[in-house]
Amino acid sequence: MPLPEVDAVVIGAGAAGPIVAKELAVAGWRVVLLEKGRWYTAADCRKDDLRNQRNATLGYPFGPEEEGNPRVFVDLNGRERIVKPSEPGYNNNAFCVGGGTLSYGAMAWRYHPNDFRMRSTYAAKIPRAFENSTLEDWPISYEDLEPYYEKAEWEIGVSGDVSGDPFKGPRRRPLPMPPLPPTREHEILEKGARRLGLHPFSIPMLRNSVPWNGRPACMRCRWCVGFACEVDAKNGTQNTVLPLALATGNLELRTECSAKEILVDGRGRATGVAYFDRDGRLWEQPARYIVASCGAIESARLLLNSRSRLFPQGLGNRFDWVGRNLQGHTYTGANGLFEEIVYDDLGPGASIAICDYVHGNPGLAGGAMLANEFIRLPYQFVSGIRDPDVPRWGRAHKEFVRQAYRRIIPVQGPTQEIPVFESRVTVDPRVRDKFGIPVARISGYRHPHTIEVSEYMAERAAEWLRASGAVKVWLRRAGRGVSGGQHQAGTCRMGKDPKTSVVDPWCRIHDMDNVYVVDASVHVTNGAYNPVLTIMAIAYRAGEHLAREGRRA
Amino acid sequence: MPGRRAILYDLVKPKKGGAGLKRRTFLAGPAAAAAAACGRKPAPAYGYRFLTADEVETLGAWVDTLIPPDEDPGAREAGVVHYIDIQLTRWFRKHREDYRKALASINRWAAARARQRFAALPPQAREEMLALMERGEAGRDFFPDGGKAAFEMVLAHAMQGFYGNPRHGGNRGYASWKMIGVPPLPVRGRQHYTAQETYPEKS
Repeated sequence: MPLPEVDAVVIGAGAAGPIVAKELAVAGWRVVLLEKGRWYTAADCRKDDLRNQRNATLGYPFGPEEEGNPRVFVDLNGRERIVKPSEPGYNNNAFCVGGGTLSYGAMAWRYHPNDFRMRSTYAAKIPRAFENSTLEDWPISYEDLEPYYEKAEWEIGVSGDVSGDPFKGPRRRPLPMPPLPPTREHEILEKGARRLGLHPFSIPMLRNSVPWNGRPACMRCRWCVGFACEVDAKNGTQNTVLPLALATGNLELRTECSAKEILVDGRGRATGVAYFDRDGRLWEQPARYIVASCGAIESARLLLNSRSRLFPQGLGNRFDWVGRNLQGHTYTGANGLFEEIVYDDLGPGASIAICDYVHGNPGLAGGAMLANEFIRLPYQFVSGIRDPDVPRWGRAHKEFVRQAYRRIIPVQGPTQEIPVFESRVTVDPRVRDKFGIPVARISGYRHPHTIEVSEYMAERAAEWLRASGAVKVWLRRAGRGVSGGQHQAGTCRMGKDPKTSVVDPWCRIHDMDNVYVVDASVHVTNGAYNPVLTIMAIAYRAGEHLAREGRRA
Repeated sequence: MPGRRAILYDLVKPKKGGAGLKRRTFLAGPAAAAAAACGRKPAPAYGYRFLTADEVETLGAWVDTLIPPDEDPGAREAGVVHYIDIQLTRWFRKHREDYRKALASINRWAAARARQRFAALPPQAREEMLALMERGEAGRDFFPDGGKAAFEMVLAHAMQGFYGNPRHGGNRGYASWKMIGVPPLPVRGRQHYTAQETYPEKS
């Protein structure tokens, strides 16, 4: 059933969609924002260790719902299985207003200038990183994005102190809020890092360290990453740009609406979006511009499901690049056991980082930021951290947990992945979701060089822990399967050449006038850091450009 | 500061044996008798939703072998059987048959090995059996895969029930959180407080 035409439909209210919607609404555009999930608030915070976005033992609280939203996962041996959201292989991020930003850990990293030029930096020096890979430069630079990083830091709200990081790109303004006071882990690791001649500093976080923007400061509880903040001190799109956009009166947010496809007319121009509401009714929302901001897996799925006579392979897919280069981050690191108690129960836990190994590692392409981990809730600790010399159960294991829970510091980092063409999202020919829409099918592997870099990073983490006084250290290594998950990226690559990319530097699909993809899908590479601030910066840049250049009714 | 102690987890303080055992006998006796008298349809034990009295007894011994009582409560006392029982009517529905089979099989295996029910075996004998299952070396007549799948399932669920949030029926009285020395859930809006205020420092 067709509805009145609007200037733009934005699909997906995650890290990027509300920013684009806000830029357009403030400029006077009439905008509809479609979101598959619901709108949760601080009142929906349940401090449930077994049911949160980082531990789905008893399901995900912020979506998707366990039934009716399957995906297909193909493992390294080519065996495929249908997976539900809480099962391994699903590669879930949240499905709700705010998306991952409602419940994330909220690290607010700018990528390193060299993260945008991986080919130029490493092609001559490290040829093996380019074998069977699609490692490439971005068509835009750190300098292009710098003003928008700043805008995200000030408009969404970041605390921290990066003045001690000598490796960062140039910046014009400091962060708007100071860091939270250091934790015991921070003090221990700071000494160790200085001993090694490294450069530790306070992690930038999208979290209020002081009352800010009408909301209170972090109360430092341990239920942070994976949870909605009980006092609303964590800054996501749902409590910053979205209220601003709604206040203009130009934005309509429709929750529990699942996009089916982008509709295209006989001349190759998109005319609107077909979507199902919560009762399963099919609607058509006509619009002059369409913005897909569903995350790297779902945006690719939406484009691939939007097939028509002119675009039989889906939108933007003339050269078979949609869904390719799926990447996330390869987390590796080490756990260090200390004699003294290192745990002080001060959230969010993650506090100190070093960027000494982001680039310039001998014989390697890329690297990772290293930081101490967020607070490990007891079951998370038990299921994820064990001295390899201790049995998995019985009296000895219980004694280990009793003594070691407050004496272990994990250090880890997101190794920048070498993108692979065969790691990809397609739509499954048989399996459909509860609306009958073909589901995402995820397959592929990690590039061998990614594993090599991640091993090096684990060794560096171990070194840091030993220098900080750990009496025993063991490594955390990576698997070889395809990665995506909360840091999923890369499936609609940004580029200048339509034959080797999906969108142009302004996030517009190459052979379409009025369809944009704005989320981590456009990342050419995914940086050596958590990606959310880059997603936000790209959204500000693309939104501002569209508001300026686009023609509304 | 009580922090600097010789560590590396040596088990220097075995619990004086009695208490745990007595509790088990007390619980198991009447329950088993009631189950035997109960006829053939599996009826949930009193206070349980899915598990029968026999199963409650067997599973209690199983999880207590995985997380035994010592100076702190073991898995059974901390409500792990309740956690699993509740979830078998909710999130673990798909595991209902797995539990029925695994709990019956381990008792048949115990009978074949020692002419005893699993729960009546001394802790060491139970540990031996579970260790065999962990390696997939349990009797194939009782577990076609050597017991691996059943072992992993119960181990994961026991850890969840013991160390997870008490709202799901396990970790009764914050048993495991007290054991490791972290405070319970904070009161909404209250500023941070230290662990020492809530429980005495463990050393």
